[in-house]
Amino acid sequence: MSNEQLRLGFEGFELKAEANVPDGAPRPWDLDSKLRVVGTDVPRLDGEDKVTGRARYSYDQRFPGMVYAGILGSPHARARVKALDTKAAEQLAGVLHLEPLGDELYYAGQPVVGVAAVSEEVLDDALAAIRVDYEVLPHVVDTDAAMAPNAPQAVPRRGGDGNVVQGRRDTSGDGDAKVAAAHAAADVIVEREYRTQVQTHSCLETHGTVCRWEGDQLTCYASTQATFAFQNTLAQALKLRPQNVTVITEHMGGGFGSKFGADAWDVFCARAAKATGRPCRLMLTRKAEHLIAGNRPDSIQRCTFSASKDGKLLGAEVHSWGTGGVAPSASIANPAVYAFEAQLSDQHHVLTNAGAARAFRAPAHPQGFFALEGMIDEVAKELGMDPLELRRKNDPHPVRQRQYEIGAEAIGWGRRKADGAGEGPLKRGLGVAAARWKHNGRPGCSVRCRIGKDGSVFVASGAQDIGTGTRTLLALMVAEELGLEPSAVEVRIGHTTDPYGHGSGGSVTAPSIGPVARQAAYEVKGQLLRAVAERLGVEAGALALEGGQLTGTDTPLPFAKACALLPVDAIEATGVGTRELFSMPRFAPEVAGVQFAEVEVDVETGLVRVVKVVAVQDCGLVADPLLARSQINGAVIQGVSYALFEQRHLDPKTGAMLNPNLLDYKIVGALDVPEIVAIPFSVANGISTTGMSSLGEPPAVPTAGAIGNAVANAIGARVRSLPITPDKVLAALGEV
Amino acid sequence: MSTPEPGGVSRRAMLKGAGAAAFASVLGRGVQAQDGEEAPAQPKEEGLQSRGPEAVEVVFTLNGEETKLVVEPRVTLLDALRDRVGVTGTKRVCDRGACGACTVWLDGATVNACLLLAVDVAGAEVTTIEGLAGEAKLAPIQRAFVQCDAMQCGFCTSGMLMSCAALLRDVPRPTLEQTKHAVVGNLCRCGTYPHVFHAVQEAAQ
Repeated sequence: MSNEQLRLGFEGFELKAEANVPDGAPRPWDLDSKLRVVGTDVPRLDGEDKVTGRARYSYDQRFPGMVYAGILGSPHARARVKALDTKAAEQLAGVLHLEPLGDELYYAGQPVVGVAAVSEEVLDDALAAIRVDYEVLPHVVDTDAAMAPNAPQAVPRRGGDGNVVQGRRDTSGDGDAKVAAAHAAADVIVEREYRTQVQTHSCLETHGTVCRWEGDQLTCYASTQATFAFQNTLAQALKLRPQNVTVITEHMGGGFGSKFGADAWDVFCARAAKATGRPCRLMLTRKAEHLIAGNRPDSIQRCTFSASKDGKLLGAEVHSWGTGGVAPSASIANPAVYAFEAQLSDQHHVLTNAGAARAFRAPAHPQGFFALEGMIDEVAKELGMDPLELRRKNDPHPVRQRQYEIGAEAIGWGRRKADGAGEGPLKRGLGVAAARWKHNGRPGCSVRCRIGKDGSVFVASGAQDIGTGTRTLLALMVAEELGLEPSAVEVRIGHTTDPYGHGSGGSVTAPSIGPVARQAAYEVKGQLLRAVAERLGVEAGALALEGGQLTGTDTPLPFAKACALLPVDAIEATGVGTRELFSMPRFAPEVAGVQFAEVEVDVETGLVRVVKVVAVQDCGLVADPLLARSQINGAVIQGVSYALFEQRHLDPKTGAMLNPNLLDYKIVGALDVPEIVAIPFSVANGISTTGMSSLGEPPAVPTAGAIGNAVANAIGARVRSLPITPDKVLAALGEV
Repeated sequence: MSTPEPGGVSRRAMLKGAGAAAFASVLGRGVQAQDGEEAPAQPKEEGLQSRGPEAVEVVFTLNGEETKLVVEPRVTLLDALRDRVGVTGTKRVCDRGACGACTVWLDGATVNACLLLAVDVAGAEVTTIEGLAGEAKLAPIQRAFVQCDAMQCGFCTSGMLMSCAALLRDVPRPTLEQTKHAVVGNLCRCGTYPHVFHAVQEAAQ
C-alpha cells in the first residue's frame, strides 16, 4: 500500500483526500490527472459493425441444418392441462422435436409445449396443430382485486395465505413512533395516494438463444446481459459443468434488466439441439416477450409527508402495494434523497396471475420517485414555497446542490409561473426531480491485456455490452495507459472463455471493469518498459509511453518498434478486481443527478407534450461524454415513455394481455421526443483507480417525477397516476 | 415467428385470410381461407395466378445482385432475407409492421419487410443495409451515425438508417421536423433519437 494525495470533487467544490493505493496499482485519476483520450468524445468502436449490419446478434446466428424452436404459451391466466394431444403436430413433415414444458399454469403465456422444426413456417403449423384441453381455474390479474379478502390465491406461497406479502419495512430510529412524532410536530401534513402502472421491457431483440452442441460441449449464442450468469444457470439446468457451456454474446439487442440467467425456453432450446443433433434457434415472439420476459411492477403508494413552516422536511411515511405478477418483487424507492427527520417505508408485494417482474432499469426507482417527487412538490405548495427551494433546503448531496443551479439555468426556472397560470388552451409548466444511485463498482472482475511483438494490443473481457459501449470503454482505459489511440486497441467481449465479468445489472459494468482494464494495461506496460529498458540498457523508470511512442530514449521510438524489441512473441497481464482497488475514500456516498422538464398541456383535449428535458447527471469520471450523452438521452426518453404512454393492459375477466405487441403497447416515437439537454457532470470521486461510476440507471430515476410536477404546474391540478393520459388530465381538471 | 394462439389467428393466417378476401372480392365468391384449411380454389379469371402452397421460385435483385429463391408463398420477405438468403442486417422485432426494424427499400421506397411476402418482390429491386453504401465502404449517413453515436444496442439501427438514407436521397437538406417524420415508423427502445436527428443533420452538410 502506498498513500497518495488526491484532489477530489468538481470545479468549485474540491477536497483533498488520502487514498491507500494497493501495491502495483497506478495512481488513481483525480482532478490533477492529465488525461488524453479519457474524457473526450470517442465514437463507439463497434459502430461500423452496427451501421453496416455486420454486427451479429443471437437472432442472426445461422448454421447449416439449424432448426427453429418455439413455445406454445398458455392462453389462460390460471389453468391446468387436463389432456395434451400433440399427435397431429408430431406427424407434420419437418417437426423434429416436441416436449411438454408445464401443466400447472399460473399466468398467460407460461410455456406449455416446446417444438423444434425445420423452418419457422413448419413450426407455426405445428404450434397451431397442438390441441390442449385446459381446466380453466379462477384467476386474478388486477392488483386491487388481488388484495381483496376473497380473491383467488394467484400462486401458492410458503408461510401464509392471501396474495399480499409483506416486503421491506424500513424505519429510521424509533420507527413508527418517531415518524408519528415528526408528523405531530409539523406545521404542514400532506397525505396522498400515487399510482404507477406495469411497464414491459420491450427489448427490440426478444429473449432467446442459438444452441449448438459439439459432443458434450455446448456453445450458446445468448441474448443476455450476463454471460456468466447465463452459463452458470444453463449448465445447472442441464446438469453440466460450466466449463462445458460456452456463452457468446458479442452484441445484444437490449436487456434493460430482463436478460440475466438462462430461462426455461433457453434450456428447452439446448435440449432440442441435443435431441435433434442440429443447431437450434429459439427467440421469443413479441407477444411472449410482453407476457413472460419481465416487467416493471406497478405500485400504489400511500404517502404522508410533513414539514415545518420554514421548509424543513420532517416525516415521510409510505405504505405501498404493487404486483410483480407471480413474483413477490414490487419494491419501491420511496422515501429517498431528502434528509427527513424520520421516515418509514412499509412495502407489500401483491401476487397476481401475470408474468414475473424482473429488474428494470433502476428497479424500484422511477415508480418510487414519481410519488416521492410529487409529494415534495405538494408539500412545497402547502408551504407556499418554490419546489426547487424546498429541495435545495433538504438535499444533503453537494453534487446535486450544484446540479440544481446548472439545471435551473438551462431550463430557465425563472420563467416558471404559478400553477395553472397560463391562458390556455395550451398551457406550459416546469417541474424538477432528483436522481440517486449507488456507486456500483464491484470487485471480482478480471480483464486480460496482451501486447504482441508486432505492436498489436488485444484486450479481452467475458463481460457483455448491453448497449452502453463496453468495447469502447475497455479500449479507452487501455489506450490511455499505453499512450495509444482507442482505435489501436482490439477488444473482444462477451465470450465466457475470456476473463470473468459481472452481469450488467445495477449499472456495475463500467465502474467494475474500468479500473481492472486499466490495471491490466498498467501491468503489461510495466513488462514492456522493463523488457525494452533491458534491451536498450537504460533505466525502465526513465521510459514512458505517450502519443503512440516510447519516450525517454535518445530518440522516441514508435510503439510498434518498441514492441519489436520484446524477447518473446507476446506479453500479457490480467488485471484483477481486488477488494482494495475499490476500497478508496469516497467523495460522496451516492451518484447524484437532477432533471428539469418543461411540458405543454392542451387543457381542452388533455394531451401532454414534453417540450424539453434538462438532465444533469453525475457518473463519477465521465470516460466518454459522447456515449454518456447517449445513455442519458435514452434514460430520459424511456422516462417520457413511462410517464405518458406505456402500460400493460390485462383484461380482468380473461386475464389476457390486450396490447401484447408494439402497436398497442405505446412506446415513445420520434415525434414524441422532447428537446433533451444531456449534461454529463464529471466528479472526481476517488472510488477506484479510474473513478468511473454508474450511469445506465440513475438518469432513468427522475424523469416521470419531473414530468408529473411540470404537468401539475401547467394545469394547476395534479395527476397522481401513471401514465399521464388525456383522460386523467381532464379528470384532474374536473372536465370529465 | 408468429406463433398462433389456440383459437386465435396468427399474422400469417391473417395475411392468408386477407389474400383470400381479396380473391373473394375479385371473384364475387364467399371464399374465406382459415388457418389449417385448404387454400382458396384457383381463380379461373385470366391474369390472376394462384401460387402455392408448395414452394415457388422467386427472382429479384438484392443489393444489385440477381437472387433466386424457392420459398413457400407464405414466407415473408423478412424471413426470406434473414433465414434463406442469410442477409441478417435487417432485423425482426415486432413482425407486424409496428416498429420499422425491418425497413428495406423496394424499388427505392421504404417498406417493412415483415409485411411483404417474398413472392411479392419478384422482379423488383430490394436494398438492405448491406447494400446501402454500394461500392463505398460507408454511406455518408452511416459514417454520421458512427460519429454522432446514433445507436446504442444497435438493433433498430439498420431500419433507422434505411429510413434516414431514403430521406436524404429525396430531401438533401431536411429540417428537424422532416427528419422526425422520416423515422416516425422506426422504434428505438434505447431512446437514441436525438443522436439520429443529429446524424441526419451532419450527413446533410
